[in-house]
Amino acid sequence: MALKEEVEQLKSVPLFADVSPAKLKLLAFTSDVVSFPAGRVLFNQGDLGDAAYVVLSGEVDVLINAGGEQIKVDTIGANSIVGEIAILCDVVRTATIKTTQPVTALRIRKEHFLKLLAEFPEMTIQIMRVLAERLNHTTSALTEARSQLRKAGQRA
Amino acid sequence: MDKNLSKYIWKHTRSQQIWILIVVLVSMYTYFLSFDLPKFIVNGPIQGQGFETPGATQTYLKLAPTLPFIGTIDIFPGFDLTRMGALIYLSLFFLLLVIVNGAFKFYINTYKGRLGERMLRRIRFELVDRILRFPPQQFKYVKPAELATMVKDEVEPLGGFIGDAFVQPALLGGQAATALIFIFVQNFWLGMIAAAIVAVQLVIIPKMRKRLLKLGRERQLTARELSGRISEISEGISTIHSHDTSNLERADISARLGRIFKIRYDLYQWKFMVKFLNNFLAQVTPFLFYLIGGYQVISGTLDVGQLVAVIAAYKDLPSPLKDLIDWDQARQEVKIKYLQVYEQFDIDNMMDGKIQALETKPVDPLNHALEAVNLSITDDSGARLLDRMSISVKHGESLAIVGNTGGSGEALTEALARVIRPAGGKIALGPHDLHELPESVTGRRMSYASSDAYLFQGKLRENLLYGLKHAPLQPATERSEASAHKKWEIEEANKSGNVDFDIHADWIDYVAAGATGPHDIVHVILPLLDAVQLSNELVELGLRSRTTASHHPKISEGIVAVRKAFRERLASESLDEVVVPFKSGVYNPEATISENLLFGAATGPLLDSSSLAKDAYFLSVLESSGLTETFYKMGLEIAENVVELFRDLPPDHPFFQNLPFMTSDQLPEYQALLKRAQGKSFSALTEEDRTSVLALTFPYVEPQHRFGVLTPEIMSRIVDMRHAFLRNLPDRLKGSIEPYDPERYNTAASLLDNVLLGRIAHQHSDEGDHIRRIVREVLTEQGLREDVIDMGLAFNAGVGGRRLSAGMRQKVNLARALIKRSDYLILNRPLSALDQQEQRSIAVNLLEWSRNMGYKPAVIAVLSTPSLAALFDKVMVFERGAPVATGPYSKLVEENENFKKLLT
Repeated sequence: MALKEEVEQLKSVPLFADVSPAKLKLLAFTSDVVSFPAGRVLFNQGDLGDAAYVVLSGEVDVLINAGGEQIKVDTIGANSIVGEIAILCDVVRTATIKTTQPVTALRIRKEHFLKLLAEFPEMTIQIMRVLAERLNHTTSALTEARSQLRKAGQRA
Repeated sequence: MDKNLSKYIWKHTRSQQIWILIVVLVSMYTYFLSFDLPKFIVNGPIQGQGFETPGATQTYLKLAPTLPFIGTIDIFPGFDLTRMGALIYLSLFFLLLVIVNGAFKFYINTYKGRLGERMLRRIRFELVDRILRFPPQQFKYVKPAELATMVKDEVEPLGGFIGDAFVQPALLGGQAATALIFIFVQNFWLGMIAAAIVAVQLVIIPKMRKRLLKLGRERQLTARELSGRISEISEGISTIHSHDTSNLERADISARLGRIFKIRYDLYQWKFMVKFLNNFLAQVTPFLFYLIGGYQVISGTLDVGQLVAVIAAYKDLPSPLKDLIDWDQARQEVKIKYLQVYEQFDIDNMMDGKIQALETKPVDPLNHALEAVNLSITDDSGARLLDRMSISVKHGESLAIVGNTGGSGEALTEALARVIRPAGGKIALGPHDLHELPESVTGRRMSYASSDAYLFQGKLRENLLYGLKHAPLQPATERSEASAHKKWEIEEANKSGNVDFDIHADWIDYVAAGATGPHDIVHVILPLLDAVQLSNELVELGLRSRTTASHHPKISEGIVAVRKAFRERLASESLDEVVVPFKSGVYNPEATISENLLFGAATGPLLDSSSLAKDAYFLSVLESSGLTETFYKMGLEIAENVVELFRDLPPDHPFFQNLPFMTSDQLPEYQALLKRAQGKSFSALTEEDRTSVLALTFPYVEPQHRFGVLTPEIMSRIVDMRHAFLRNLPDRLKGSIEPYDPERYNTAASLLDNVLLGRIAHQHSDEGDHIRRIVREVLTEQGLREDVIDMGLAFNAGVGGRRLSAGMRQKVNLARALIKRSDYLILNRPLSALDQQEQRSIAVNLLEWSRNMGYKPAVIAVLSTPSLAALFDKVMVFERGAPVATGPYSKLVEENENFKKLLT
């Protein structure tokens, strides 16, 4: 796996879509390529996070603890990022990530990522824009869900 | 030490000073002769006095003194010499005098030098001795760096001066006087002229010099003020702008520069004035000699030989005078320096030397109660930390101090450990006042460990055993040739008033630790290390260290079995592919190119990246393997990649620290190099550029750096080159590389690398901790744990122990206090850097440990974790800096509200 290909894959992650290739290359260079066998836990819900993972190949399950058992809420494949919230702010992991098949991933360390952001404000702005769009999306989805909930309540 | 430097010097070097004065006096005689001789040469053989008739001879060296009452005794009839013979004889005699004078000078100078060095050694030793006896509070007022410079630098000029203190004025004065007397003997009037000039020089020049010194000091002061003002201007620049005061500042600077100019100009004037005067005086005397002496020669009252000798003698006069003036100046400077140092070290309440007297005999255990009666302690500001408090801890009893002590608990333990002196009251150990006991008792029968753990630079083992080194117990075993040197060392130490305790002796008191000697001390150390939970950390340190067969034969011999067991463990946990082994016929993609090329650990600087890249042998093998162009291309690609990645980063960016290829300063150089190399072949580059490009390839690891420059084809060709490289390795490189050999221990690699004999794959870097744990377990299974811990104990703690974590420092500090198994153990939050869980488990371990050892000291401990108080016989609860309740844990936990609150 060479840096050039990693840059291509990073580009297809929405969070990094607008970041310039040169910066993505530096991001890739300061990150490690790690591989996991099937059935390995990348991190557990409730852990303190210090890295995000961009899945380069393979698939992982997103699991959430509910009432003492783990519920699978999503499956994520290549060119997706997991654990990105942990490298942006100090929160515990909101879900458990487990591989279902052999996985190669790019591990982006929080420490390195923040140093890059501090150095290149334009990169920060790109990422902020993506996050804001995501927030906008979430907010409208929430509003819609609320109004539907209210409607459902009125009907009942 | 004496306040008066001259007295101090005289007191310690009296006999030597007198001896050297006598030597100086004797040397004056030959000195005088060397003035007198030219006269005979000129008058006799040269001018022909006494050789008036051809073939006339004169008798020389006739020794026939005429003594009163006895008459003339003929000891030696002498030689009869012709005019030519006399010239040769007298000239040779002159040469002899030159040599004798030189020999005298040599002897006097070395003798003085030695005298000065001995005194310097004495002063330095006395100063350090005083530091060791300073009352503890004193260290709050002195800066350690200042003490160090005073001992090291400020007394240094004293050494040079001490040898000269009495001899120099005698010698120089004697020389000057000799020359002067000689001139007087030749002719009274010429003598008077010389004496008058000397008087002028001795009186006026020092006065003028003094003025020069004063001006020099003023220059320094004004210059310092100027720089202060300039920095003030730059710092307050916005204030200056906003008030339109820039012209005020200009005026101020101009005025200051004017003052500096004036001082400097004065300085020049004076300097050249002094020079002029000196030169003038030196020149005007010969003028007078020629004029007056010449007149006397013409009128016949003086012969030519005498005049020549006078002028020659006068030539020797100014330099001793100048030296004498210099000596006086040095004396004044040294006197002031000495006084300054003396005042810093002349302190009230200095500990009596007897308290620290060396005690080689074992000190009997104490079993008295440790009692504080009406103890009051104040801090530096005079505020009360403890007010008339009394406690008593019986032999074998333990007391925990918990709660909001507000510094008073710490103060109590510090007073009990004699770190501070109480303001009032008394601490008693049975019939003794604690503060009167010698340190040989308190330092051996009492232990103190606080959170402020200080370790000395040196091996961890030395730090651990530090508390057992009270006296040289076993003389060092040594070879016979060393004993002469040792005798010399002891003699010299005594001559300088130093102690002659042998630092190379074995100082460790094994018996006090419960061992019998160096061979079984490890059995005392290991359980203690386990108890304070240091063992695993030491194993980790051991894994990162290197060793040799002679230091740890078991590890060296057992490594093959360890490697086998390790690979088996990996296989059983299906971690095979996590560690990629070094194999002689295979390229290890997880290792660097140079590691693959050398296939061994480099031991010296001969094979580091930059040296290897210009090594003639390496280049020849590279060429014969047909890899030169390949390496060149790889190097250029790496350079392009790195430049592209890093050029936008500021030079101090932390990313540069992990970049193995170049430093941030080198980046622009490589940028320029890339431009130069564009379209050029390897051979068209300068040698320097070629080296720079090749050096880039060595640290490259494909899975880590991922520039995609290393293809499988290149890898296999590098393996081929490896064989060629190692096959014909020239002798000069043979010692610089230790090849990886599955059957042998590699002394140039760390223990961890030795066990792995490979690299952890970069894509499994997560497994690093896991792999290290397996290595630890395998080493334990193979019975090597003790040896690995021993390797860890050889780790250097660094200055103040700073190479260790705070927690580790505290653990070593606690173990150091425990190992001497004293009768009283005073603890002041000894493990505060650890979390509560770890503190608790160590406390439980230690109880178990002391039970096993049959060791039951009296314990007074300030706890940072109140729940640990349950392990103690008695508990004392503090509230707002004062004790509010004392009793057994079970009682307090029921009755005392404060204590209950602490526990929740």
